[in-house]
Amino acid sequence: MPRVSKHNGWFAAIGFLLPCLTGLILFNLIPVAGAFTLSFTDWDGLKPIAPKDGVPAFVGLDNYASILGGDEFWRVLRNTAVYIVLYIPLILIASIAAAMLLHRPYRGVSVYRVLFYIPVLTSWVAGALIFKSILSPEYGGVNDLLNQFGIRGPGWLYDPNWAMPGIVLASIWKDMGFFALIFLGGLQGIDSSYYEAAKIDGAGPWRRFRHVTLPLLSPITFFVTVICLIFSFQLFPQVMIMTDGGPHGATQVMVERIYRYAFSYFKMGYASAFSFILFAIIFLFTWLQLKLQKKWVHYDA
Amino acid sequence: MLRRYAGPFFFYVMATAIAVIVLIPFFWMISTSLKSKGALTAVPIEWIPEEISFEGYRKVFDVFPFARTILNSAFVAGLTTVVRLAAAAMAAYAFAKMRFRGRDILFAAVLATMMIPQQVTFIPLFLVMKELQLINTFTGLIAPSIFNAFAIFMMRQHMRTVNDAYLDAAVMDGATHRTIFVRLMLPLSAPILATLAVIAFMDAWNDYLWPLVMLSDPNKMTLPLALSKLSGQYATDYNTLMAGSLISIVPIVAVYLAAQKHFKAGLQVGGVKG
Repeated sequence: MPRVSKHNGWFAAIGFLLPCLTGLILFNLIPVAGAFTLSFTDWDGLKPIAPKDGVPAFVGLDNYASILGGDEFWRVLRNTAVYIVLYIPLILIASIAAAMLLHRPYRGVSVYRVLFYIPVLTSWVAGALIFKSILSPEYGGVNDLLNQFGIRGPGWLYDPNWAMPGIVLASIWKDMGFFALIFLGGLQGIDSSYYEAAKIDGAGPWRRFRHVTLPLLSPITFFVTVICLIFSFQLFPQVMIMTDGGPHGATQVMVERIYRYAFSYFKMGYASAFSFILFAIIFLFTWLQLKLQKKWVHYDA
Repeated sequence: MLRRYAGPFFFYVMATAIAVIVLIPFFWMISTSLKSKGALTAVPIEWIPEEISFEGYRKVFDVFPFARTILNSAFVAGLTTVVRLAAAAMAAYAFAKMRFRGRDILFAAVLATMMIPQQVTFIPLFLVMKELQLINTFTGLIAPSIFNAFAIFMMRQHMRTVNDAYLDAAVMDGATHRTIFVRLMLPLSAPILATLAVIAFMDAWNDYLWPLVMLSDPNKMTLPLALSKLSGQYATDYNTLMAGSLISIVPIVAVYLAAQKHFKAGLQVGGVKG
């Protein structure tokens, strides 16, 4: 610590901290406390809040009980699970492959890096509209390309079985460049002497990848997997734009439900309870993964 | 001889293949935006429109105050960036170089907010804004960006690496904290500020959930929200929707390319840290 800071303390610091503290309290702490309180009420978001007159009425754990006891929540979880099962393996394969290529020292590699990154720069709304158009069963480009190979493409967003895979496809396209750059950082951190040693031992490219790259990349793979899991529970714009939760609720997901309950059905209390269940799930995953981390992650000693 | 070229050959074939897959949707967007409405449902599909039509571009400005929307997006993204960075830099300076009671606990609390997703707080945050009568205003849209834990964290990590000897020397010359912050710390933080600026600008330019909750006046809307409203009203007019999408993508790609040098370095730091 420099001498300058010995005799100041809060008096000097408060000026620097004021904007941040205002934001922390007004836009974070109060909303979290507010959402928690609301989740135990039946408030509709319209009636003026007057605790004396019993508005909103406290309903205890009713909101939580009715969410967890209903079919909808489990359908939403199942939809999210379908997304996760498809999305995570595919995004890992795609982004590691892209990172391996971007790690090569050839001319023009920076051009590819920019090209792979353009979808990341695109807003989800624009990206989702592009995919809604290109996945159109009759007039879309994807089914046209499949046709060239003699494959009859599915109804995609209009087919309950294919709507979620369609959303996954758009998400892979959108996110690959982002995770590829994170994996690229990991690859650049691997000491080249490992590869030289493996070469001397006669290991081919596949065995070098399997026994050197993958184990040494595992901390990054782990980090990316956790991030992807958390993001998977926060799916929103792609669902709103591409399917609106349909067909037949096949792509309803948590944030979409929360938004609907709050702003279409005016059930603020119910929506708040839903959002805290989402919070609990995200928290649980983060915690669980951090616990498991030690078991299988291979750190470079 | 053959072996020598096998490596680069494999690289260019694979990298080009991935690039083509990534670019096909953009090609589709551009091509669709240049079709007349009739050509949208032509069979067989016209990957390159037989007749170039600007119908979509005209319509997007006709049926929606789209020029206004572009300006709104630029204004909101610009101001969000300034507010987020200014507040974060100030807080980061206090956390990195000042000493006060409870500093580390407060910093831990700041970091802990990163665990809370926006999806948990947007309902009560909306109610706070309603209470402050800031619904349908840019102030309400931008105000929450005054607190960004990630930006504070990154800035603080960077400022901690600045040698205290500089600060001591400045104090000897009679500098106050304000002078040190403005004259010394901000210039020394230029690379991280540039990286965070691009991230903040992109976040704000592309944000959907918060504008969706806050704005219902078409004259106030930002690009993603305007596009989603258009897609609700003109669901099958893909030439119009793709024209609007293209207009929303071009500026942000341009900003990224212009700032890429700083951004690349920053992202790699993030990657290694992860």
